[in-house]
Amino acid sequence: MVQILLFASLAQQAGTQSVSWKIESPVTVGQVRGYLQDHVGELPGIENALVAVNEEYADQEVEIKNGDTVAFIPPVSGG
Amino acid sequence: MKMFTITQKPIINQDVIDKVIHHNAGAVSVFIGTVREMTGEKQTRYLEYEAYVPMAEKQLEKIGDEIHKKWPNAIVAITHRIGTLQISDVAVTIAVSTPHRQDAFEASRYAIERIKEIVPIWKKEHYTDGEEWVGNQQGTKTYPEGHPEGIEK
Repeated sequence: MVQILLFASLAQQAGTQSVSWKIESPVTVGQVRGYLQDHVGELPGIENALVAVNEEYADQEVEIKNGDTVAFIPPVSGG
Repeated sequence: MKMFTITQKPIINQDVIDKVIHHNAGAVSVFIGTVREMTGEKQTRYLEYEAYVPMAEKQLEKIGDEIHKKWPNAIVAITHRIGTLQISDVAVTIAVSTPHRQDAFEASRYAIERIKEIVPIWKKEHYTDGEEWVGNQQGTKTYPEGHPEGIEK
């Protein structure tokens, strides 16, 4: 199972903060994005979101494995 | 003592300051970020902050590590509030103590600039005439390297 987390505008558009995906073998970030877009909507802006895997920023090329938590991080605006 | 915290509760500035008080400190610089009412012509009614809490606390710790590298004698504490905040509420408090004042000023400035770059916290403006997630959510800003500058992988 891969846990996919959404925040801010992405969560609002998706209508949810979290989506689970049962995978048989490792997937790419692009495939996770595709799964999301098939299941919760187009999510404009997700292409520009950063990716975090298991609470650390990761490259878009990283391999996503069973048990990973993938978060899409829209441009941050804290402070 | 937890030096880097995301909280739902109102921030008590003195509590953050107390964390960095040290017998070798000659200066404590405190930055307090508060909720502003007017941004140009736009009037804010209130703000909502959201965070990816465990990751945000880790990123705050990273900022602390960066500061220790640049200013080895600095002690840093940062608390950021999330949830619904009213005008003039404290959103973030940064306290840095150092032996001499110049380092304390520079390090607290560094901390707030880095928060705005790397910490997964988002602000939603509720204006008198609408609402908007702040931070270029429409994707008009791109990151050619796939991430903002200076993010450690």
